[in-house]
Amino acid sequence: MTAYVVRRLLSTIVVMAVVAFVVFSLLYLTPGDPAAVIAGDIATDDDIRRIHERLGLDDPFLVRFGRWVFALAHGDLGTSIFTNLPVTQLIGQRIEPTLSLTLCTLIIAIAVAVPLGVIAAAKAGTWIDRAVMAFSVLGFSVPVFVIAYGLILTLSVEWDLLPVQGYRSFHEGVWEWLRHLILPSIALGTVYVALITRITRASMLDVLAQDYVRTAEAKGLAPNQVLVGHALKNAAIPIVTIVGVGIALLISGAIVTETVFALPGIGRLTVDAILRRDYPVIQGVILIFSAVYVLVNLAVDLSYVLFDPRVRY
Amino acid sequence: MSATTVPIAVPVAKSVSPTWKRFRDAFRRHPTAIVGAVILLLMLAAALLAPWLGTVDPQAVSPVKRLRPPSELYWFGTDMLGRDVYSRVVYGARVSLLVGLSVALLSTLVGLAIGLVTGYVRALDAVVMRIMDGLMSIPSVLLAIALMALTKASVGNVIAAITISETPRVVRLVRSLVLTLREQPYVEAAIASGTSLPRILTRHLLPNLVAPLLVQGTYVCGSAMITEAILSFIGAGTPPNIPSWGNIMAEGRSMFQLAGYLIVYPGICLSLTVLAVNLLGDGMRDALDPRLARRM
Repeated sequence: MTAYVVRRLLSTIVVMAVVAFVVFSLLYLTPGDPAAVIAGDIATDDDIRRIHERLGLDDPFLVRFGRWVFALAHGDLGTSIFTNLPVTQLIGQRIEPTLSLTLCTLIIAIAVAVPLGVIAAAKAGTWIDRAVMAFSVLGFSVPVFVIAYGLILTLSVEWDLLPVQGYRSFHEGVWEWLRHLILPSIALGTVYVALITRITRASMLDVLAQDYVRTAEAKGLAPNQVLVGHALKNAAIPIVTIVGVGIALLISGAIVTETVFALPGIGRLTVDAILRRDYPVIQGVILIFSAVYVLVNLAVDLSYVLFDPRVRY
Repeated sequence: MSATTVPIAVPVAKSVSPTWKRFRDAFRRHPTAIVGAVILLLMLAAALLAPWLGTVDPQAVSPVKRLRPPSELYWFGTDMLGRDVYSRVVYGARVSLLVGLSVALLSTLVGLAIGLVTGYVRALDAVVMRIMDGLMSIPSVLLAIALMALTKASVGNVIAAITISETPRVVRLVRSLVLTLREQPYVEAAIASGTSLPRILTRHLLPNLVAPLLVQGTYVCGSAMITEAILSFIGAGTPPNIPSWGNIMAEGRSMFQLAGYLIVYPGICLSLTVLAVNLLGDGMRDALDPRLARRM
């Protein structure tokens, strides 16, 4: 067990090092001279040279990489070229909407997808199963912004049920906060629901074919008890794994969802940074999102012990 | 339907008949796969025949005809510059399909090459796979965005950026297949009888990889089309002077409450095309793995 955890932690460190290297290389390869951008239009060549010296832009690649990693270890992601503010501060300001959106989506998606998958597996081959699977294929195919605009145009513009766009902070009232998150969460969650439903169904079908399920049925347990108590519990590992892997979909989708619904989150920050070519911000966001993704999946791997007592690394 | 699948299967001369038969049976079991193939062919035809489908110049600006709703004259309406949305949507199919098919082809070929070598040459395996793990830890849309931020907007760069972000998954698949295949008796026999490495790779491993890669390639194609649309939608993809479904929607973004049709038509076309590709992929997957077919 300990050996497994140590090995898993080490491999996480290696992966994060590769991510950091890739992200740094991206900044290193960016066209144009950052010093010229910082110095502004009226700068002389002398000014630009001084900024080069101050920022160490003429140092070799590895020296700059080392310095960047050192700053990173001290929580410094660099400074935005456009706003001249620390990237960590910019991300900190924008974290609430993104966190609200992704957590809301995660909860809704799991609450919808797992029961759907279980029902589809229990009714395998019936029209219910086929309907669930058809929904799943659709969910994979319709991109998040198409769903988003479909929802806005019908529920908000036509029927005026929910706000079209915008975000209310949690502190302005829970109901208003939630009202502004419903449509974004549905739009963002659809592909995630499709993914989790598919895996839940597949995993349940595997488990339902096992002998102990037949035994449980034979000894007269209620069908629901067999389904949830025996089958779902043993089908949990692939489901939990896909919930972790699917976080990548949530992160990518959040960028688009925030753009459509005008949520002032990290996704919006990213899109603005791309339009302004604000590389330190782009780099910081990619690094943070990747770190979240890697850490969530580390947590998922380590959580297997909780779901399956047979897992003893 | 047969026109799309036969030529792809031809290079594996010896395994053609059983594989092809399985495809035929699966398509018979899954009429949806045929629906997918038909939609895809129609979209391909629309893309190729765009100038002859009642379209006008998709870039022709006409300020007096701004924001006309869909009518008999302007089937999908006109946008805020007075351009004909129907023409733009039909021409937009070119970008989506070009990006989808190119990325599928390129990432499959590159992933195959890297995966074959790393799966077979143990010394390379650890290093290459750590790099792939690192690349896969960056959500693929985000990696594509970062790569696009480095270069100027062009269809070629979009293809390159999405290919780079999709390839690690193909490498992973190929490698895992090679690791299983190399333990097979016939491969061991080939090694024992002194077959050269390139020959083992091309004659003994490659034919077994074609089918799973075909399925994977289909899914990559669908996902690449969505990524292209996302990139164009947020302004980091296809340049504005080439109509693509993503940037037609991006341009309609500020007007969508007034002119929902600017978003609806390209959105439907994109969804329909990706759906077609996914249905085709599901059909092929079932054909190749009957055991999986019952579960998925």
